[in-house]
Amino acid sequence: MSLSSVKNFARHARYVMTENPVTALAALLFLLIVIAAVAGPALVPYDPMATDGGRALQPPSWDHWFGTDHLGRDVFSRVVVATRLDLMISLAAVAIAFVIGSAMGAVAGYFGGWADRITGRLLDTIMAFPLFVLAMGVVAAAGNTIENIVYATAIINLPFYARMARAEVNIRRHAGFVQAARLSGNGDWRILAQHIFPNTLPPMMVQISLNMGWAILNAAGLSFIGLGVRPPTPEWGIMVAEGANFIVSGEWWLAFFPGVALMLAVFTFNLLGDGLRDLVDPQRRT
Amino acid sequence: MVRVPKRLRLVGYRLLQAIPVLIGIVVVSFLLTRALPGDPAVYFAGPAASEESIEQIRVSMGLDRSLPVQFFAYVGDLLRGELGQSISTGQPVLTELTTRLPASLELTGFALLFSIAVAMPLGILAATRPNSWIDHLCRFVVTAGVSLPTFFTGLALVYLFYFLLGWSPAPMGRLDILYLSPPHVTGFYVIDALIDGDFETARAALAQLILPAVTLGLFTLAPIARMTRAAMLQVLEGDFIRTARAAGLSGHKVLYTYALRNAILPVITTLGMVFSFALGANVLVEKVFAWPGIGSYAVEALVVSDYAAVQGFVLSMALLFVILNLLIDVTYTLVDPRLGMED
Repeated sequence: MSLSSVKNFARHARYVMTENPVTALAALLFLLIVIAAVAGPALVPYDPMATDGGRALQPPSWDHWFGTDHLGRDVFSRVVVATRLDLMISLAAVAIAFVIGSAMGAVAGYFGGWADRITGRLLDTIMAFPLFVLAMGVVAAAGNTIENIVYATAIINLPFYARMARAEVNIRRHAGFVQAARLSGNGDWRILAQHIFPNTLPPMMVQISLNMGWAILNAAGLSFIGLGVRPPTPEWGIMVAEGANFIVSGEWWLAFFPGVALMLAVFTFNLLGDGLRDLVDPQRRT
Repeated sequence: MVRVPKRLRLVGYRLLQAIPVLIGIVVVSFLLTRALPGDPAVYFAGPAASEESIEQIRVSMGLDRSLPVQFFAYVGDLLRGELGQSISTGQPVLTELTTRLPASLELTGFALLFSIAVAMPLGILAATRPNSWIDHLCRFVVTAGVSLPTFFTGLALVYLFYFLLGWSPAPMGRLDILYLSPPHVTGFYVIDALIDGDFETARAALAQLILPAVTLGLFTLAPIARMTRAAMLQVLEGDFIRTARAAGLSGHKVLYTYALRNAILPVITTLGMVFSFALGANVLVEKVFAWPGIGSYAVEALVVSDYAAVQGFVLSMALLFVILNLLIDVTYTLVDPRLGMED
């Protein structure tokens, strides 16, 4: 990218932000989430693990903005501290899915033939399962740990990247710049890695943002049904699960605040994905 | 007369295409049963088992044989409908799943009806009035719908309609304990009670069903609404719509006879993705509402590490999903007027 194209991109980004205030809001929320994830434990007013039977189940107040849970722990502190874990799980899962999936898809799309057929079958098999159910099965089989939640989420995200990379590489396989690169003596792998793959990145970035939200939902869903993260650890899904028992007796704040945090995080990544799409590909807006 | 056989051939071809997928599912499911960390025999024997009993279990499970032999034994078991015993309940997994399946199907079916009934009109209205308030509403619903964790929406609805307003019954299963379950015909309580002529029980069953079904429906609303809107927008731009309008056909006829019929096809294809979401979200909704379907069965089994039950659940969900996808594709083949015309 030359300097002028960077300037152009910045101007376009500013245009997208100001034209669609929702994208600006998403960017702001994203910043907030990142701050909570990085500095959360240092910012919170209470120790998220400290129990106190004397102040159990208190509704939101000045002292406890989000109230306290059944063990007297401060819900606000727990919600903020949980950000890091939730984000780490989904970020790791999406990163693994992106690296492996896009490599598989790129090879399948570039070479075609057997590579394409085997990858295609593998992806079809993954997609033949209801994805959340497959993730449950993987965690159940591999063992109930946080790492396995990451792997399971990565597996169910993988087909999206692989299919996209395959399609994006395939349409560029015979493009002029690829032929030029080949004529100047570049090998297949070099062409694929250095000439074609970088061109597939913009649409892939959009997919990553949209998938982040989905990955957060899945990971939280898995811990909601008791997989992966263990109870005392602050995590949104498990906090909603613990709070669920108190909903019917009217103590709504236990489940409400972690649920809202989860929702906002997913919402942010979805909006950000839409904004990125406007930025990268103005024609594909729906 | 040529059209029918051609379509049947397409349907047959589609059925054949499902075979490799089925094989893939069975292989993955086999790998999942063998992918246990450590020794499955130790796992199944439980913590208090002695060396001999572990060895006994290993032989009885066939774990001392080679992997291919084990695989064919596994396939043989599946063909005989043998999914193993549930450790926690002592019942065969297949029996448990079949008795609980109607509850899940009732919930999912009702949820999809609700979501189609809301999402399709919303999508059509949004497409015919771009940039109006209903278009913005549609866009908001679509983005919010995919961002809402189902278990959270469910809890929010319970708090609002059970605790605050008192309109809905306690979120505990399919029927209040005051009522007897209706005689078994279809396994769907609402329909069974209606067949029995017991309107009071039907009403009670429906009251229990509404909240979980709406929760699940809200989650599946987004893809249907988004696809309806996009497909309608695309179709409405078509030349044949302009021709129909120019020929003086009424707006109503153009919209519903010409546009909607064409727009419905991409919507049908997205239903496959919708089912994938719905079957997964089903597990979460069943847990929130203590709904006695196969999802909550799997969750209970997961908690006590009841392994055979979880695997049986994953396998049956995958089979159900394949069947649903087949149904969708067959419907598509039968509905699309363009298929089978060219020869």
